[in-house]
Amino acid sequence: MTEPIMRVTNVTKHFPISEGIFRQRQSGAVRAVDGISFEVMPGETLGLVGESGCGKSTAGRTILRLVEPTSGTVEFAGNDITKLAKRDLVPLRRDLQMIFQDPFSSLNPRHTIGDIIAAPFKVQKVKPTGGIQQAVQDLLERVGLNPEHYNRYPGDFSGGQRQRIGIARAIALQPKFIVCDEPVSALDVSIQAQVLNLLEDIQNDYGIAYLFVAHDLSVVHHISDRVAVMYLGKIMEIASRDDLFATSMHPYTHALMSAVPIADPDLERNRERIILKGELPSPSNPPSGCVFNTRCPKKTDLCVSSVPELRQISPGHEVACHYPEVISSATVHPAATGMDFIG
Amino acid sequence: MANSSALLSVQNLSVEFTTEDGIVHAVSNLSYEVSAGKTLAIVGESGSGKSVSSLAIMGLLGKSKAKVTGDVLFEERNLVGTDPEQMRLLRGREIAMIFQDPLSALHPFYRIGAQLVEAVQVHNQVQENQALERARTMLERVGIPSVDRVLKAYPHELSGGMRQRVMIAMALINDPKVLIADEPTTALDVTVQAQILQLLKDLQAEFNTAIVLITHDLGVVADMADEVVVMYGGSAVEHASARELFYQPQMPYTWGLLDSIPKVQSLDDRLEPIPGTPPSLINVPTGCVFAPRCKYASTVGERCLTEFPELLDVSDGHQARCHLSAQQRKILRPGKSGDVS
Repeated sequence: MTEPIMRVTNVTKHFPISEGIFRQRQSGAVRAVDGISFEVMPGETLGLVGESGCGKSTAGRTILRLVEPTSGTVEFAGNDITKLAKRDLVPLRRDLQMIFQDPFSSLNPRHTIGDIIAAPFKVQKVKPTGGIQQAVQDLLERVGLNPEHYNRYPGDFSGGQRQRIGIARAIALQPKFIVCDEPVSALDVSIQAQVLNLLEDIQNDYGIAYLFVAHDLSVVHHISDRVAVMYLGKIMEIASRDDLFATSMHPYTHALMSAVPIADPDLERNRERIILKGELPSPSNPPSGCVFNTRCPKKTDLCVSSVPELRQISPGHEVACHYPEVISSATVHPAATGMDFIG
Repeated sequence: MANSSALLSVQNLSVEFTTEDGIVHAVSNLSYEVSAGKTLAIVGESGSGKSVSSLAIMGLLGKSKAKVTGDVLFEERNLVGTDPEQMRLLRGREIAMIFQDPLSALHPFYRIGAQLVEAVQVHNQVQENQALERARTMLERVGIPSVDRVLKAYPHELSGGMRQRVMIAMALINDPKVLIADEPTTALDVTVQAQILQLLKDLQAEFNTAIVLITHDLGVVADMADEVVVMYGGSAVEHASARELFYQPQMPYTWGLLDSIPKVQSLDDRLEPIPGTPPSLINVPTGCVFAPRCKYASTVGERCLTEFPELLDVSDGHQARCHLSAQQRKILRPGKSGDVS
C-alpha cells in the first residue's frame, strides 16, 4: 500500500487574544484550527470545504508552516516538518507549494512575470537545462500564456491570466504537494472553468497532490477525490467525494449541501432546503460539546455535554456527530439519485 | 414584448463613460420590463454592464462622467433626464436598491436605528418615535433576533448576514414598488445566502415587489428568476423565461456559461470553458461582441465579424442575439427535449 504524501495529526492553531495596554496578558485565544487530522495520498486531491471563519485557509497555511501550528504534527513523506528550524524548511519548499486566492496581491506588481516565475529556480539554486529563461517560457506555455510575454508586468494581465502566472510559479520546481487556497473564487465562471481544467491537467501530468481549500461545494465536488467538511476549526465529516455527496451523515454537511443553489430551475425549485438558524459562533468562545450544537436541528443534551469524536462509519467515511444519519438526500441533493439531470 | 402591466420598463438604455483611453460603451441598447411580484434576473460576468445599467436606472451615475441615453419608464414617467431632486424623492420610496457590500453601503458612523429612522423620515412626515416603530417592525420582518440591540449597533458590530438583512430592511422600509438587488448574496456564505434568498422571496410574496436581481450566479438565477437577461460586453445577448433559458438556450455565450459551471449532479464531466477573455469596451469589435470567443463563429462565417446581430425573437418571449439560424442552433444544441411548456 502506498504511503500518504501528507499526514496531518491533531493540528491546532490558536491565535492569542491579548489585553492590557502596558502589560499585555493573554486573555483568550481564537481557536482557528482546533485539532484536525487527515491524510493526502500522492497525486490525490483532498477538498477542504467550509464557510468563512471555519479555519480552512488557516489549516492550509499551518500545514505549510506559513503559520506556525500551536500543536500537532505534519508529516510530509514520513518526516515531521513541525519541528524543523526555518532554514531547514527551505529545501522542502521545492516539494511544498501554494496557490493563493487573490491573483492581485499574490504577485509583486514591480516584478516582471519572468522574474516572478524564475524566483523559485533562483531561491532553490536550481539550474534547469536550457537556462532559466527557457524554463520560464516553457512554464508560461504550459499554463496557456504567451511565452513572449515574460517581460510584462502583472498589471498587464487579467485576473484569470494572473492566476495562471501563480500556477506557473507554484509548479516551476515540480512540487509533490500544493495547497490551493480558493484558487478560482475571484474569477468569473467562464475563466474559473479554464483554471480548473488547467489544475486537473497539471495534476495528471506531474502527479501532484492538492489540498484544495474552497467554499464552493460544486467546485470542490468537481475537482476532489476526497472531501473534508470543516466547521469552527474542526473537521465534521470526511469521505470520498462520491460517498460524501451521496450519503453524507453530518447535519452540517446536509445543510451546506442543501444551501448550494443548483443551476436548474426545476430541480432547484422542487427540493427541500434546510435553512440553518442563527450564525457561526465566535471561534474565541466556541460552544461546549459539539461546536455545531447551537444551530443543529438534531441537538440533544448529549451534544452540549460531550464532544463527538471523528469516527469511522464505513471504510474511508468519518463523521464527528453523536447521531450520524443518512437522510433521504434526494430532496437535499440530486447527486444522491445518481442521475445526470442536465441534458 | 410590450406589456401593459409592466411597472418598470427599460428601453434602449445606453451608458457611455469618457475616459483618457477613449469612450467606454458600458451598456448598449438594453431593454427589459418587469411587473409587480415578478423577478427579472440580469446575468453576466464582470464588465458585462449589469451593475452600471441599474445604477443608471437609479440615477446614481454622475452626469459629468456618464452619458445615459434611452428611456426608463416608471409609472408613465421617464426617469432618464429627471432632475436629481425629483430622483431623490423617488429613490428609496418607489424604487430601492440593495448592494453587494452592506458594509460600504451603510454609514459607518451612525447607529443602525438612526439610519433606518432617516430612511423613513426622508420620505414621510412622521415623528421620530413612529419612524422608530416602523424600523423595529421592519427589522423583525427581516428576521433579526434581538432588534433593540441591533437598533443601537453600528454596522461594523454586525455580521455580514445581519448587515445584509439591515440593508434589505432599509430598502423595503418605505414599501417600494421596485427593488433592484445588485449581487445581494455574493459576499455571503451559502447557508446565509439561502436564508437571504428565502427572505427576499417571502417579502416579495408579501409586498408584491418587482425585483431586478443582478447576479453572476446561475444557481441563484435558477432559484429566483421568472425571466432572465444575459448580458455580455454591454449588450443583452439573450432574453427568455428562466425555464427556456436553462433548457432551451439559444445563444453560444449562454451555452458557454452553462457548460462552465461545475455541476454536482453530473460526475466527472470535463468542464468546457469559454476560451479567451471578455472584450474591452473601448474598442468594441464591429461584428458580434462574442465572436472572438465563439466556437461557432466559423460555422456562420464572415458575418459574425462584420455585422452586429440584432436581438431577434426565436419564440414567444424569447430573444437571442446570434447569426446562427434556428436550424443550426437546433443541431448544435438540441436542448432538453419536449418538456418546455
